[in-house]
Amino acid sequence: MDIKDIIKPENLVYQKTSLMTDKPLSYCPGCGHGTAHRILMEVIEEMGIQSETIGVAPVGCSVLAYDFMNVDMVGASHGRAPAVATGIKRCWPEKFVYTYQGDGDLAAIGTAETIHAANRGENITIIFINNGIYGMTGGQMAPTTLPGMKTSTSPYGRDLKSMGNPLKMTELLAQLPGTCYVTRQSVHSPRNVRRAKKAIRAAFESQKENKGLSLVEIVSNCNSGWKMEPVASNEWMVDNMFPFYPLGDIKVDGKLVNNQ
Amino acid sequence: MAKMKGAIVVDLEKCKGCEVCRVACPNDVIAMTNEVNHKGYHYAYQEHQDACVGCANCAVVCPDGVITVYKVKLSD
Ligand SMILES: Cc1ncc(C[n+]2csc(CCOP(=O)(O)OP(=O)(O)O)c2C)c(N)n1
Ligand code: SF4
Ligand code: SF4
Ligand code: SF4
Ligand SMILES: [Mg+2]
Repeated sequence: MDIKDIIKPENLVYQKTSLMTDKPLSYCPGCGHGTAHRILMEVIEEMGIQSETIGVAPVGCSVLAYDFMNVDMVGASHGRAPAVATGIKRCWPEKFVYTYQGDGDLAAIGTAETIHAANRGENITIIFINNGIYGMTGGQMAPTTLPGMKTSTSPYGRDLKSMGNPLKMTELLAQLPGTCYVTRQSVHSPRNVRRAKKAIRAAFESQKENKGLSLVEIVSNCNSGWKMEPVASNEWMVDNMFPFYPLGDIKVDGKLVNNQ
Repeated sequence: MAKMKGAIVVDLEKCKGCEVCRVACPNDVIAMTNEVNHKGYHYAYQEHQDACVGCANCAVVCPDGVITVYKVKLSD
């Protein structure tokens, strides 16, 4: 069978969702931000909630998320996305409200906003992209940077004695009674992309039922910041990030999984 | 048994040549071109046309969402 006979509208099995705009993404080649954006938009499309969803974009590489995600969006100042989302959701409780934040945004400058929104049990969804580094500003160390990991501000590797320990924000937030669904996923392989998408769906479903704050951490690569080629950065992530940030559900339906 | 035959279309001007799709393909269908697009990237293309089964693995991992997948069922 000729390839031209296969490439016909009736044989279509996968295409970029129209909830992603046609603007070329501003991300580096191979960066997980793009994949995370797309599965988030696919979930919103499948739930049929495009016109009822409001997203809050962060500061970080995904600062332009509102250019790529075809839903109503607001840009928050650095780290303040959960506070902005709180305001939107309280004014408009019937809307679906999410934030999309990097680890510098969520776990450094926005630690207070994140913890208190979770502790208040704000009925919002947080998509947390943890690449263990400040990608946008040139690869500085983040609170999430692994022990011994080299960054532009820890060129000899993160020294725990002088630079402190990496912060597992997701486990920490799962301890708070205000969070309902807390999970850690990744988007580097087809299987993981499909799992992460299911997790985002579960997070939005839990928001629909007013169950409290839902958080999906996506452990992701920053090949530019890590100074690796894209495929190599994904392999490095599997070998180094996943042992420290293990994938899987941490809290489901308000209950901690596996004695976390 | 019915066999699946697939085909992919890569938006070559938007492809960033990251090769994430290439390693995700279970059938080694994808290779990178020697020539570059306007951005200067070696883009992905379907090298082994007959091997594609239309599983969409390449498309779901493409960070830039530039792969479209088609599939037909062949009955023998
Ligand atoms: C108030 C304020 N402080 C500092 C900055 C500089 N800044 C921009 S992005 C960023 C870190 C972003 O890192 P992260 O949230 O991990 O996002 P990534 O780029 O890695 O996706 C910083 C410190 C800023 N824009 N505003
Ligand atoms: S700097 Fe890192 S996080 Fe930012 S787009 Fe590039 S790879 Fe992605
Ligand atoms: S659809 Fe599946 S078999 Fe075809 S190129 Fe993509 S990953 Fe390979
Ligand atoms: S994953 Fe997408 S952007 Fe990367 S090489 Fe393949 S088609 Fe191009
Ligand atoms: Mg980061």
